[in-house]
Amino acid sequence: MNQPQTTQPLLDIRGLHKHYGALEVLKGVDLSLQRGNVVTLIGSSGSGKTTLLRCVNLLEEFQGGQITLEGESIGYSEASGKRVRHPERMIARHRAMTGMAFQQFNLFPHLTALQNVTLGLLKVKKMPRDEAVALAEKWLDRVGLLERRNHFPGQLSGGQQQRVAIARAIAMNPSLMLFDEVTSALDPELVGEVLSVIKGLAEEGMTMLLVTHEMRFAYEVSDKIVFMNQGRIEEQGSAKDVFERPQSPRLAEFLKNIRF
Amino acid sequence: MYQSPSWLQELWIARDTLWAGFQASVYVSALAILFGTLIGIVAGLILTYGRFWMRAPFRLYVDLIRGTPVFVLVLACFYMLPALGWQISAFQAGAVGLTLFCGSHVAEIVRGALQAIPRGQLEAGRAIGLTFYQSLGYVLLPQALRQILPTWVNSSTEIVKASTLLSVIGVAELLLSTQQVIARTFMTLEFYLFAGFLFFVINYAIELFGRYIEKRVALP
Repeated sequence: MNQPQTTQPLLDIRGLHKHYGALEVLKGVDLSLQRGNVVTLIGSSGSGKTTLLRCVNLLEEFQGGQITLEGESIGYSEASGKRVRHPERMIARHRAMTGMAFQQFNLFPHLTALQNVTLGLLKVKKMPRDEAVALAEKWLDRVGLLERRNHFPGQLSGGQQQRVAIARAIAMNPSLMLFDEVTSALDPELVGEVLSVIKGLAEEGMTMLLVTHEMRFAYEVSDKIVFMNQGRIEEQGSAKDVFERPQSPRLAEFLKNIRF
Repeated sequence: MYQSPSWLQELWIARDTLWAGFQASVYVSALAILFGTLIGIVAGLILTYGRFWMRAPFRLYVDLIRGTPVFVLVLACFYMLPALGWQISAFQAGAVGLTLFCGSHVAEIVRGALQAIPRGQLEAGRAIGLTFYQSLGYVLLPQALRQILPTWVNSSTEIVKASTLLSVIGVAELLLSTQQVIARTFMTLEFYLFAGFLFFVINYAIELFGRYIEKRVALP
């Protein structure tokens, strides 16, 4: 047998099930990302794309299936047939392996831009202060906000806050970045500055899983587009295939209602 | 001819009594505010984040104490604690009563402030790998404390005012001391006004302190 050498995927999701009470939100999702992949989840609201993203760093619990990140099982382990939740410390360590940017930015309002970025470096990575500050300044510079490092979130525009939030996540050196509708809460004229930061990161080979409604952006940056519908992956493929030659009628319907 | 002494002369004569009463009022209030705040923070945290079986006793404590007049609480501590076998002085009983009262109020203030923080804050803390206790210490409590401060100042001044109830169980705090002086001098209006002024001074000092801290930690 001459099987091609397959590298272990960075992120591997198998048979993911999630329900809130009787409401089933994810009905068995399989998805894997190779290192350097940019994968975008699209779909109408309620299709489960944000929930899927949040399961990856355990902001949502899930009841079935397995998520593996860099070979480590996320959230739960099987011990003699029983599903056991990892201890809090282990979960915290796994969460630090992924970075997340939120729709509402969620910057810490009582800390300056710089302190927002250094908090995780100091308390989670236990980095010496001068090292943490240098690294934070490097990333603030990278998102174009070095001169705003001593501003509080309340003194920054939405676009600036989101860029600080991305710097805060990236500075932790995660192996995977999750972007959850990061431009949805922004004024239209501020969307571009955030997207260009994400695009830059994609070009540098950062592995990313995104949820976005910016279809043109998704088309440009994604290696793979995943269309979700009612808790399942309905269709996936390259951006060209998904956007230009949709197979499923639901995807075709969804794309018809989207403006590019 | 005999001239009755002026109020200032009487005040001078009564200075030690009043000073001791003033000190007792400040001391018992400070104790109640300090320990009440500590109890309240712990109770508030448990009420917000604890599991049901942890919350239940604290919920009972808070509801019970807040639903009881402070006066009744002070009397209960004075009569019931010794009956239950804890021999304590009137001062101690009063301090316990005020502390329990303060704790129940601070607990609800803390719970309210923590619950007012958007969910995303805890999630953002978790997303960068902070444990729950780290998120609490570096993200949630610093924000909650800013919320708590104005209401906490209010509760503290309530404690100072409630400390006058200790006069009923025989603690010679400022009010009882004043009444003793009045019983001797019959200068009712003057000494009550003076006592009122001193209580105002204590509370105004607390308010100024609160405002100072508020300004120090204010966010732009």
